[in-house]
Amino acid sequence: MKIAVPIKFVPDLVEELNIDSSGAALDTSWLRLIINEFDDHAIEQAILLKERGGAEVTIICAEGDGVDDILFNAAAKGADQLVKLMGSDAAMMNSHATARVLADFFKEIQPDLILTGVQAHNDLDGSVGALLAEYLGMPYVGYVAGVTAASGSVIARKEYPGGIIGEMEVKLPAVLGIQAAEQPPRYVAYSKINQVSKTVKIEERAISDLDSSGGATVGRMFKPEPAQRAEIIEGSPEEVADRMVGIFKELGVM
Amino acid sequence: MSQDIFVLIEHLRGQVADISYIMLAAARTLASSSGGQVAAVLLGKDAQKLAGNLAADKVLYADSPALTEFTSEAYQLTLAKLIEEQSPRAVLFGHTTIGADVAGWLSGKLSLPLVSSCVNFTSDGKFLSQTCGGKIMAEGDLPSPTILVTMIPGGYKSEQGQAAQASAIESFTPPALDNLRVALKKYIEPEAGDVDISKSPFLIAVGRGIQNKDNLDLPNELAAAINGTVCASRPVVDQGWLPTSRLVGKSGKRVKPKIYLALGISGAPEHVEGINESDVIVAVNTDANAPIFNVAKYGTTLDLLDLVPQLTEKVKQAKGG
Ligand SMILES: Cc1cc2nc3c(=O)[nH]c(=O)nc-3n(C[C@H](O)[C@H](O)[C@H](O)COP(=O)(O)OP(=O)(O)OC[C@H]3O[C@@H](n4cnc5c(N)ncnc54)[C@H](O)[C@@H]3O)c2cc1C
Repeated sequence: MKIAVPIKFVPDLVEELNIDSSGAALDTSWLRLIINEFDDHAIEQAILLKERGGAEVTIICAEGDGVDDILFNAAAKGADQLVKLMGSDAAMMNSHATARVLADFFKEIQPDLILTGVQAHNDLDGSVGALLAEYLGMPYVGYVAGVTAASGSVIARKEYPGGIIGEMEVKLPAVLGIQAAEQPPRYVAYSKINQVSKTVKIEERAISDLDSSGGATVGRMFKPEPAQRAEIIEGSPEEVADRMVGIFKELGVM
Repeated sequence: MSQDIFVLIEHLRGQVADISYIMLAAARTLASSSGGQVAAVLLGKDAQKLAGNLAADKVLYADSPALTEFTSEAYQLTLAKLIEEQSPRAVLFGHTTIGADVAGWLSGKLSLPLVSSCVNFTSDGKFLSQTCGGKIMAEGDLPSPTILVTMIPGGYKSEQGQAAQASAIESFTPPALDNLRVALKKYIEPEAGDVDISKSPFLIAVGRGIQNKDNLDLPNELAAAINGTVCASRPVVDQGWLPTSRLVGKSGKRVKPKIYLALGISGAPEHVEGINESDVIVAVNTDANAPIFNVAKYGTTLDLLDLVPQLTEKVKQAKGG
């Protein structure tokens, strides 16, 4: 089975985010980008499928800072091919543009199964997976936490609210939006990644003419202005703990 | 072409999901600026009874054995036909396991623009979406003639989308739904036996800020002292540190305790939708910009590892003395 995992970089939410001078986009000058955490789960799920039944796993990412490291990291986990899309800025591509670029590539390499992270926190025009499936004429199932290969199909465990799982049989080729792999993404030692980076090559592929039509056009971005922000309790841990106990008593829960 | 606002009614095993009512309320705002009607779109098998309390001007209903329970492909094909024939002004979907499976596909299929994670529509007909885990809001126009939107809760009350009387049902014929490539095999129930977190008046919720499994001793000790229940955000459950039964949020439980003490939780929209009906939220987070402080009544930016042992101590003292 050929499995492809397209991944995306997103702003690290631990950092402070700012709006640029246009007022309609994030200021990217200081932005620290990290792998979308659901894409990390998609990689893990692909590797688990490979370990269980054999597969050839290809990871694809638009170029950018830190991308080589993430690709080598995936190779150290067991990915077979690494592809970098050149001439694109991951931070600037919306889901529609990304899905079109990926669809062109996948028409060539013809994977049986495409695993994408179910969403990224900065998607404003839906997630890549559902669009990609339509562009390729494949079925799509998202919110998946667990995949088992069968003959000519996969069984995807689709999550519903409250912990209910719907077992979906999906004919291949197909696209699945991964919410969580069956186990947390594994850790690989730096030495192993370093070793892999000397032997595995990253294939570079040029892309041009991004078509982002179909995406939302943002006129303004701003930080939320809540009607009421939390009252921040100042002081040492001891003082704050005292005040909190006071609050619990007032509310009658102690 | 019409100015109508369509809402995809989500239901699972005979229960209409709350997001459906929330979207009907949102659709009413949009319809009053577009001048059209609100149409609830219901797909199912003998599911007319689910339309009983939908606050819509009409219900568009398709009946087929292939629509008995949700599967992405049957919904995609049925909705593509309906939207193509009727060209409404907007179609609202939940940003959920149901809506997100179909909205993106339809955007590709029908070449219609898509806006996701919308919480509110402004009175002048713009979308307001949450992005970057709730740290940023994005606003923009809704392009004509037809826009697809996925919605998250928070902007409208579900009661506003409920009506005392049923509205008229207009049936429409789904396309041929055979040779489908996606089939529901069965539902698997969540594991039973653990405590029901939605019943506890005092929830102590731990997020990724707890850092490792060993640190769970801290909230566990606090819970024992104050007679509370420990629950968690998704990363903690995905790590296997706590069972799924303790998960709060979009894919877990919705809770309404008297106190929700959030320890090291950022307040991502998927988490917040499970807690925004709590009486009082108290947040402990070292990032003063964390979105959790937008929904909390009280907060502190202290390190939870420093605060929680003190808090447990103080609770024990208060109870003992
Ligand atoms: C389809 C879908 C469904 C989802 N369903 C759910 C769901 O049901 N429930 C859910 O929770 N999530 C859900 N998520 C995930 C959600 O998007 C977030 O990723 C998740 O809620 C983040 O969890 P967190 O706040 O614990 O972690 P993070 O966002 O990583 O936040 C950790 C926070 O801890 C703070 N912190 C770190 N160290 C300390 C310290 N020592 N003391 C105090 N504070 C500290 C940090 O400042 C940070 O704000 C879902 C996502 C998707 C895509």
